[in-house]
Order: sequence, then structure tokens, then C-alpha cells
Amino acid sequence: MEEKVVEIRGLEKSFGDLDVLKGVDLDLFKGENLVVLGKSGSGKSVLIKIMVGLLKQDEGTMNVLGKEVSTLKTKELNDLRLRIGFSFQNSALYDSMTVRENMEFPLVRNVKNLTKKEITMKIESLLDSVGLPQAINQMPSELSGGQKKRIGVARTLILEPEIMLYDEPTAGLDPITCGEINKLIVQVREEYNTSSITITHDLTCAKDTGDRMAVLLDGQFDAVGTFDEVFPKADDPRIKSFYDYNFINS
Amino acid sequence: MTEKAADRKPLLSKKIDKFFTGLADAWNFVLRFFKVAFVPPYEFKEVVHQCYRIGVESLPLISLTGFIVGIVFTNQSRPSLSEFGATSWLPSLISIAVVRAMGPLVTALIAAGKVGSSIGAEIGSMKVTEQIDAMEVSATNPFNFLVVTRVIATTLMIPLLVMYTDFVALMGSFLSVSANEKVSMLTFFVQVFESISFLDIISSVLKSILFGFTIGIVGCYKGYNSTKGTEGVGRAANAAVVMAMFLIFIEELLVLQIVNAIRAF
Repeated sequence: MEEKVVEIRGLEKSFGDLDVLKGVDLDLFKGENLVVLGKSGSGKSVLIKIMVGLLKQDEGTMNVLGKEVSTLKTKELNDLRLRIGFSFQNSALYDSMTVRENMEFPLVRNVKNLTKKEITMKIESLLDSVGLPQAINQMPSELSGGQKKRIGVARTLILEPEIMLYDEPTAGLDPITCGEINKLIVQVREEYNTSSITITHDLTCAKDTGDRMAVLLDGQFDAVGTFDEVFPKADDPRIKSFYDYNFINS
Repeated sequence: MTEKAADRKPLLSKKIDKFFTGLADAWNFVLRFFKVAFVPPYEFKEVVHQCYRIGVESLPLISLTGFIVGIVFTNQSRPSLSEFGATSWLPSLISIAVVRAMGPLVTALIAAGKVGSSIGAEIGSMKVTEQIDAMEVSATNPFNFLVVTRVIATTLMIPLLVMYTDFVALMGSFLSVSANEKVSMLTFFVQVFESISFLDIISSVLKSILFGFTIGIVGCYKGYNSTKGTEGVGRAANAAVVMAMFLIFIEELLVLQIVNAIRAF
């Protein structure tokens, strides 16, 4: 039986009067890339934020790498966070720091006794693998949207996570850069043996990177399966319209 | 099932509830600072960086303001003193006014405007662009890196800036005095130091430490709790200045009462 790295059961989350997640069940298996799709505001990002303890659920369980996130103390939560990489929608690079300092930031604070040479080697090798070795001394403001995303991914990879969470990795990017980011997501999984969850409403990204799709509609997962199982022959008009819009079939 | 926030009825009116919740939030923020500040890891490098930004980069503005304050206050005081033939008391009057009140107050108000707003805006923009979340999910402590360092830096640097302002203001005053009266710098400063007591200097330093802490913690609190995108960042910066200035005046008043009580005792 495949090993589960994330197990979500009956997850509920509300903001004031708005019920965002209404009893969500989902599993992420080791080594797979699960793509979570849904409209804007459907609670996709909320789901992964609960996963890293940035938000707390109202009800239900969120078990990540064998630990129930909501019950962890600060130290235990930080230990778990070291095993999860989170790539933010807007990259969230620290804009007062250079690329090198951005990547050093989590490394020097979490891995002790590293020499300067080792830190530099690690940073350079990661920048090489995301195809931006020349950006090491640049400020985030000097980078394009796609470059920022790549650096954001490199920064999360520096702690060698077991799970990668991508929040809208292709949002706001041109189609060519989207393609490059999709390739990077696949490459990261192959090179670093990560399991990943990609949050998106871009079906091309979903098709290129995902093993399984999960469509979040009205606070619950409506359809879970491979791309071909979920989309081309969807009966649900909401899923169908999603597919038609993205692939301009209608 | 847990009770949703929206289902909860306010205990008093919504506004009063909000006021007390805000007060409790601010108090918890201050307590959190003291809990985190004395526990490793320490961000020495960032403290030094912030000290440079807050202290050194404020010098030109502080110098100009302090110098002008010294000249203006001396020029404004001269006519009143000359009516009694007491212009020789100018150095004493100026030194007492500058060291006891004007130096700390002018420096703190300028720092609240320059440093407080910059801290509020910087942390606020980091909050709305998820940079603080990014620090948190990489298992680092953003509170330690962003808040503790800045509050320590303002608490250390404002007293130094106040001493510098005092000096510059007295130099401005000397320039004004020497332009009108025949006074050497030595005589001027002897008279200055004869007029101020140890209590004046201690109270000025302690007051400045309090002002520095207030500017730092208010800027960080407003930035850390900013919401609603770029509009929220602007509001955080603005609120940081207004709230810090308000608290500085209250603290000035309280310290004055305490020092006067000690003086009378």
C-alpha cells in the first residue's frame, strides 16, 4: 500500500460568516504530485496554509508526515516546517535582501555549523538547478516574475523538504514562463524526491505537473482522479466550464 | 463544534469591544517582545544594521532640527530676559530647556515621524506580501528578526540621538548668544553644565529610552498587524506615527510628574 504523507479528514474552516472549507477529505501519497484546482476564493490556499500551521482549522484533522498539525507546539511545528517547502503565490522574496541573503536566511538559522564555503556551494548549486546562477547578487526588484518564482522555489529547496507546496506557481506569468515553471516543478520532484501539492486554476499547469487532480468546489472536493478521469468527460457543469475555458473548447 | 467568531455577540458595544480587544492585543505584543528578546537565537547582525539605519541615517535631519531649535529658542528668549537685564542667564535657561524637555521631545517626535513610519511601512508591506509568512514557514522566528531587532535598535539609538541633539542645539544657542553677546565657548558651556543637575541628565536618558522603546514597538505593532493590502500599509505607517507621538506626549507628562516629585523630595 502506498505511504500517505498527508491525510486530511473532515476539515472545516470559516472566516466570519463565510464557510470556506466544509468537511474536506484528501490524501497525498509519497512521491506524487497532487494538483488542487478551484475557483479564486474557493479555499485552495487556505488548505495548504493549514498544512504548515499558518492557519488553524475549525474542525477536522490535518495529519502531515504522521503529525497532527493543530496540536503541535512551536518547536514541534518548526521541526515539521523544516520538512515542508512552501512556494508562495507572489514568491514572497525578502525584498531588502539579495538573492544570496534570501537563500541564506532559512539555512543559517536552521542548519548549524556550516562554513561560509559550504553555504555558498549549496546556494550556487540550487541556483544552477533552477537555471539562475547569475542572479546570486541581485535584489528581488531586479528580477522578472518568473525569475522570482524560481528563486522562491530554490529558497524552499535549500532546507531539503520532503513535501513541496506550490501556491499558484504560474499565476501572472506569460505562457512560455508558465511552461518553464511547470518543467521546474516536475524537475524538483525527480531531483529531490519530493511529494507535492500544487494549487492552481491553470489546467495546463495541472496537466503538465500533476499525477492526480482534486477539484475544490463549494468547500468540498468534488472530483479526485487523473486529469483524464476528471476533466475531458466531466458531467458537472462547473468542472466542464473550467475545462472549456482553459482549453478554449467551447 | 467550535463557536464561530461571527456567532459571538459582543460583550458591550462593538466599538468598546474592539477598543479593549485592541488594547489586549497591544499588551500581548509588548509581553511577547520581552519573552522573545532575552531568549536565543540573537540577531546581532540585524540589530547593528537597524542601529545604523535608525541612528546614522537620522543624523542629518536631527542635526538640522536641533541646530535650528537652539538658535530659535535663544532668539525668542532673549527679548524677555533683556527686559530684566538678565541676558547673561540665557545659557542656563537654554541648557535646562534643552536637556530637560526640548532635546528628548524634539528628537523623539522627529524619530517617530521618520523611523516609526518607516518601520510601520516596511513591516506592513512584508506582512501583506507574505514575506512574514515565508519566514514563519521556513521555521524561523519573524518576530525575533523583525520586531525584537528594531525595538532594541530604537531603544538604544534614540538616547544617543537625544544626547547628540542636546549638543547640537546648545551649539546653535552658543552661535546665537555669541553673535549678540561677548561670550567665549568655555564660559557658555561652563554656565550650561552648572545649571543642569545629575537628575536632569538621568531623567533625560531614561525618558529617551522610554521614547525609543515606544517608537519601535508601536511601529512594529502597527506594521505586524496591518491588513487590506497597500492601503493597509499606508494606514500602518500613519497610525505608527500618530500613536507614537501621542504616547510620547503622555510619557513626557508622566515622567515630568515623577521627576518633579523626586526633586521636591
